[in-house]
Amino acid sequence: MSVPLEHDYIGLSSEAVPSMEGSERSSSGGLNLNLKATELRLGLPGSESPERDNGVGVLKSLLVVSGAKRGFSDAIDGGSGKWVLSGNGGSEAELGKGGNLFSPRGVNGGGKGGGCECNNQNTGLGSPVQKDGVVPPQSPKPLQEKKPQLSAPAAKAQVVGWPPIRSFRKNSMATHSPKNDDDAEGKLGSGCLYVKVSMDGAPYLRKVDLKTYGSYMELSSALEKMFSCFTIGQCSSHGVPSRDGLNESRLMDLLSGSEYVLTYEDKDGDWMLVGDVPWEMFTDSCKRLRIMKSSEAIGLAPRAMEKCKNRN
Amino acid sequence: MKMMMGSSFPEEVLEHVFSFIERDKDRNAISTVCQSWYEIERWSRRRVFVGNCYAVSPLILIKRFPDVRCLELKGKPHFADFNLVPEGWGAYVSPWIAAASTAYPWLEEIRLKRMVISDDSLELISKSFKNFKVLVLSSCEGFSTEGLAAIAANCRNLRELDLRESEVEDLNQSSGHWLSHFPDNYTSLVSLNIACLNSEVSFTALERLVGRCPNLRTLRLNRAVPLDRLAILLRRAPQLVELGTGEASDLRPDVFSNLSGAFSGCKELKSLSGFWDVAPGYLPVVYPICPRLTSLNLSYAATIQSSDLIKLVSQCHNLQKLWVLDYIEDLGLEALAASCKDLRELRVFPSEPFGAEPNVLLTEQGLVSVSEGCPKLHSVLYFCRQMSNDALRTIARNRPNMTRFRLCIIEPRTPDYLNHQSLDVGFGAIVEHCKDLRRLSLSGLLTDRVFEYIGTYGKKLEMLSVAFAGDSDLGLHHVLSGCENLRKLEIRDCPFGDKALLANAAKLETMRSLWMSSCSVSFGACKLLGQKMPRLNVEVIDERGPPGSRPESCPVEKLYIYRTISGQRFDMPGFVWTKDENSALGLS
Repeated sequence: MSVPLEHDYIGLSSEAVPSMEGSERSSSGGLNLNLKATELRLGLPGSESPERDNGVGVLKSLLVVSGAKRGFSDAIDGGSGKWVLSGNGGSEAELGKGGNLFSPRGVNGGGKGGGCECNNQNTGLGSPVQKDGVVPPQSPKPLQEKKPQLSAPAAKAQVVGWPPIRSFRKNSMATHSPKNDDDAEGKLGSGCLYVKVSMDGAPYLRKVDLKTYGSYMELSSALEKMFSCFTIGQCSSHGVPSRDGLNESRLMDLLSGSEYVLTYEDKDGDWMLVGDVPWEMFTDSCKRLRIMKSSEAIGLAPRAMEKCKNRN
Repeated sequence: MKMMMGSSFPEEVLEHVFSFIERDKDRNAISTVCQSWYEIERWSRRRVFVGNCYAVSPLILIKRFPDVRCLELKGKPHFADFNLVPEGWGAYVSPWIAAASTAYPWLEEIRLKRMVISDDSLELISKSFKNFKVLVLSSCEGFSTEGLAAIAANCRNLRELDLRESEVEDLNQSSGHWLSHFPDNYTSLVSLNIACLNSEVSFTALERLVGRCPNLRTLRLNRAVPLDRLAILLRRAPQLVELGTGEASDLRPDVFSNLSGAFSGCKELKSLSGFWDVAPGYLPVVYPICPRLTSLNLSYAATIQSSDLIKLVSQCHNLQKLWVLDYIEDLGLEALAASCKDLRELRVFPSEPFGAEPNVLLTEQGLVSVSEGCPKLHSVLYFCRQMSNDALRTIARNRPNMTRFRLCIIEPRTPDYLNHQSLDVGFGAIVEHCKDLRRLSLSGLLTDRVFEYIGTYGKKLEMLSVAFAGDSDLGLHHVLSGCENLRKLEIRDCPFGDKALLANAAKLETMRSLWMSSCSVSFGACKLLGQKMPRLNVEVIDERGPPGSRPESCPVEKLYIYRTISGQRFDMPGFVWTKDENSALGLS
């Protein structure tokens, strides 16, 4: 194709990344489509770029372990060791096995591009790899966030932890009803509602944002996924199943069947069974969730348990 | 004739000299002069700050510094504030408290940030340190009012109890109100911040407490304390310097006049906060205070709109710090710029961050106005929905003294609204002109180019937060190779992968920590890094199950790397994977 350009990646020349400024940034983002300008060469000069699925071999060649003049003790004693990096403006650098990773050489390697981006396309194994770098879904959440449009007119699904506002502030705002809020559901204004979820016997609890679920079913399946590792008998000391492959149908039974029930603490401090009231009323009054052993759920309305099972 | 410095100078003299040296950096430097200075220094160090509780162990700390009086610890990474760190990740303070309880009987101050502290630990604190004076729990969790009751009951010399933004479980019913556990002869309270408590407080206990503590300077109440009660408290404590009000939604003339009278008695008041659900009609009660105010936090005052805000801030000629909601709008910020020439810090929070459309007339212009009108402005946190390179350039040129600049354009990847280009050059101008910039948060549409600017100019930069930015590893490489003073780097949703990380592996040992989530770092790279860098803990936080069950090239969900001299930690939950985990499971 075109003649490879010579690039100095550290003291970037003015024609480096030339097309970034004017290029259309569509909302699909896309990872590094302009490979020519930013392509990083792997391996020693003159050699071919190794295949991307060379795995560890490629990675090891990237690792620059030595060469940091400024070591740990220097840092904490406020030392002023000069920082040396491979290829830094031409200064002599000690490289690990990395070779001239960022050297000003002719670009090589064809259309394979950088190594890491390919990882995203490399998994034919169905694992939930992030898509082209744009708002990747967080796996515990069942409601996947849409990619944000640049000119969003309608309400959009939320990205976890964005905008970066502390929970305390978010919850403070959530309980305030805006003066000119004519949205009956109040979903746009209130944002989110984090509640803690604990499970009897589990070593640590979780937090969920109730606003990301639309129904009891969604909440229930999300919780099952989150706490699945605890319901399976053979857990290692770290609380994860020692075997792969969770038996989904067995989990459903465990949570909505006999062993555990889902309960919540409402605004008045009473513990109730989840599922008795309409969903919106539930999200308004729920302060905290607890996955309780059925044997302990005595005193909570027994008929509600039937209701819970029969719902959906 | 040679002078033998170490042996001829009495230790007591050196110790006395060292007592004037307070900054950690300086004390660290002193300790490297010679062995005897090291010894004298370590025996006389009273104040220790541990920026990452997993970077060092309690044992190592105690071994080196045997007589610490003030301990400050930080736990979870900053992004934990935004729910990016799953519950149960760690940052438990109990091993520290347990160790300190025997090693530091004279401990006076404990300050924790983003740590998990239990009621048991609180009780241990209250019983172990006879001279305990200061407890600050910032964004902490894991404790309840039971623990607070123990502190109240046992800490006879307590001066400061500050629960800023912590999550406290309310178990009032069992023990009677925790505030009433302060004994009747307890009078040493100087500062009380309970603004984060969701529950009711016993007003009688509070009033009596406030009444018998003549040195009380700071009182930050929680939402549940109504305004009519506030008036009572103010009359009991007219010497207050810092006040946080409760809620005040019901406008009543008798309460108004009562409160007016109470406020007029507070001649020392310099800082105000709270204002939850305040009926704007109450605002005039604070007008007499305004000229003396140096700090005003209205960021929870969702009921106060632009015109009232303008009236208020226009009278605060000595204001140095303002935290406010975007209800202030551009017009209000213009008024701020005109009236508050001593302003140092401004934070503007979004009133409706999840709304699709702007609900207020707040744009980049507001920030530009303030940057023009306030010569001492050096710390900014600004949420808005549009920005331009021109505006950023103007701000940069106006305020080369900027030290903290955090801009959050609410919609990820928003371009310059004037020319639809990236905001690279705008942020580039910030780092270029603001030579003392220590903290920077980026947002908007950004390419690798902005990182080139940051790496080139951000020589004093210590903390950088990046989201939805960059195109390739080159971006990350620029930052890691260029920012000499970088201590904390946190990245989310950026296409940064293995190359830059591995090429700059050694850099990571010079930093406190690196956080990367929703990026493209492979598990293989994490393993390699962990294996090759023994003084780094490389934690893969992945809730999808064992990373070994996926190909090594598969990117990890979240990655937290930090330097440490105490090796792997032993309290990792099941969703955190490190090199040792992997080898134990036979996956390497």
